[in-house]
Amino acid sequence: MTQVLVIGAGPAGLAAATAASALGADVTVLDSSYDLGGQYWRHLPSTRPTASEGILLHGFERFRELRERLENDSQVRILTLSQVWAIDRNPDTRNAGDSSVGDRWRVHVLQGVPDGHDRLALTIIPDAIVFATGAHDRTLPFTGWQLPGVFSAGAAQALAKGERVAVGSRVVVSGAGPFLLPVAASLVQAGAKVLGVYEASTISRLASGWLPRPWQLLGAPGKAAELVGYVGNHLRNRIPYRTGRAVIAAEGDGRVERVVVARLDANWAPIVGTTRTIEADAVCIGHGFTPRLELPIAVGCALSAERFVAVDHRQATSSPGVYAAGEITGIGGVDAALAEGSIAGHSAAGGSDDEAAMSRQRRLRAASTRFAARIEAAHGIRPGWSQWLTPDTLICRCEEVSYGRLCDTSAHTGSAGLRSLKLSTRAGLGICQGRVCGRTVEDLLGRLAAGGLIDTTSTDRRPIVSPIRLGELAGGTVLPPAPPPPGNTEERE
Amino acid sequence: MVSQALLPENDPIRPGGSTPIGITVDGKPATGLTGQTIAAIMMAEGRLSWRRSSVAGEPRGLFCGIGICFDCLVVVNGERDVRACQRRAVSGDAIEFQHDELPGVAG
Repeated sequence: MTQVLVIGAGPAGLAAATAASALGADVTVLDSSYDLGGQYWRHLPSTRPTASEGILLHGFERFRELRERLENDSQVRILTLSQVWAIDRNPDTRNAGDSSVGDRWRVHVLQGVPDGHDRLALTIIPDAIVFATGAHDRTLPFTGWQLPGVFSAGAAQALAKGERVAVGSRVVVSGAGPFLLPVAASLVQAGAKVLGVYEASTISRLASGWLPRPWQLLGAPGKAAELVGYVGNHLRNRIPYRTGRAVIAAEGDGRVERVVVARLDANWAPIVGTTRTIEADAVCIGHGFTPRLELPIAVGCALSAERFVAVDHRQATSSPGVYAAGEITGIGGVDAALAEGSIAGHSAAGGSDDEAAMSRQRRLRAASTRFAARIEAAHGIRPGWSQWLTPDTLICRCEEVSYGRLCDTSAHTGSAGLRSLKLSTRAGLGICQGRVCGRTVEDLLGRLAAGGLIDTTSTDRRPIVSPIRLGELAGGTVLPPAPPPPGNTEERE
Repeated sequence: MVSQALLPENDPIRPGGSTPIGITVDGKPATGLTGQTIAAIMMAEGRLSWRRSSVAGEPRGLFCGIGICFDCLVVVNGERDVRACQRRAVSGDAIEFQHDELPGVAG
């Protein structure tokens, strides 16, 4: 029986596990969180029952169906609180010369409470892997973004949906993309006053991105209804939605007390003389999403030009036996993630290429892909944003590296090497492993270096995927006895 | 008050019963609900920062909220480097703040 490992239990991962099990595969689905659902279906813990939580979560009924089906499926093993920290090749198959075995990967997992000292080390050796690791907010830096009270847009959502905590009482939302609307809605539903949503793209660009082929939205009915719902929420709560504007600075003594908003031109450069100061205690930032690529990169998956995992019509990556679905293959929203997950799970379980069920999923996926292209056309990052930086603006939050330091180091060394410039400036080398600033550092250093950067590597490569403790690396010495997870797992020696 | 918890009586999702838990934050008692993360309990009390940055010693708290940025690290029962946004509190947890001065940098 085919052993399928699904990594990530958001919409794509849950759909993949369901589809793989339907074909008779032996499925393990794992996630680093306490609960299934991922960021999109982040919800209250079971210890906090509610009468109508569904009003906070788009498609929550779909989530509950998927969860119930998987939890009651004897072919499916669910591993929550399970963090993959590395993947390497299984030495038993590496040189076997048996093509029927193909590439087998060893997936190294730590199971236990997040960042705990006594997590259990497991190794899983599946026949096929489905990556559904999702994406996190891209947040462009601005002066004062390290102040307490500045949050990623995803943080506001996670705290609102998963905790019923509002990140502030007077909140400004700034960035780009349709995701800002549900963030504002979540804040209002958690009791915050949203002073305004500032969308960086100008109205003419939004119009050219969204309006030319409106019939394409008909192919993504769930997404269109979802957006209409958010816009309706906006109107009901009278949240100002302003385009061609951005928060370019946050100020305050030890926390956010004010934000500075400027008008932007079509290239996202701030227009001189248009700044306005708003009294606020929190600001939530999101400029689209960065896919979580470290695991696909670890197994050699090719990336697309747009730096997502490249997949074919079966959701197969360039690495044999490895499939990918959801936001790591392109930012398409929940409908795309569910369709891609279904196709990936079907393919990973050895399903045939031409079954009718898959053609329906492929139509759904195609409609969502067009939707993603329109989001990029309307809201994709424009280079003028760097003009709101000052020499003192922090670029790397962990190592506290300023824009001035990046400029000076680039000028003095004349280097065009990303790796050497990172080592000289320490930008992107802190504990977040460049997840927050990596692409920004690449962007800015690339502009500073004459002729661009020369490296073929990128800040997405992280051989140790998640920080681990030395005792856990040593293995064996600190481990309690293994629980008996059935199937193809082995206790780490 | 800046960050704050929504009172159950004002919550449109109509919460049912939940169990309070007590922890200590920097030696002072704090109350949360079973299943809440350490960060959420601190933020529900209006606390926005609990760590000092390594180089400039500036206050930091939760930023990404989903386990990516590591800005929200705390010490839990003597265990360093725990992401407060990811770890759910357990009754009796002692939360302390950590400051990660680099050698030769701290003043």
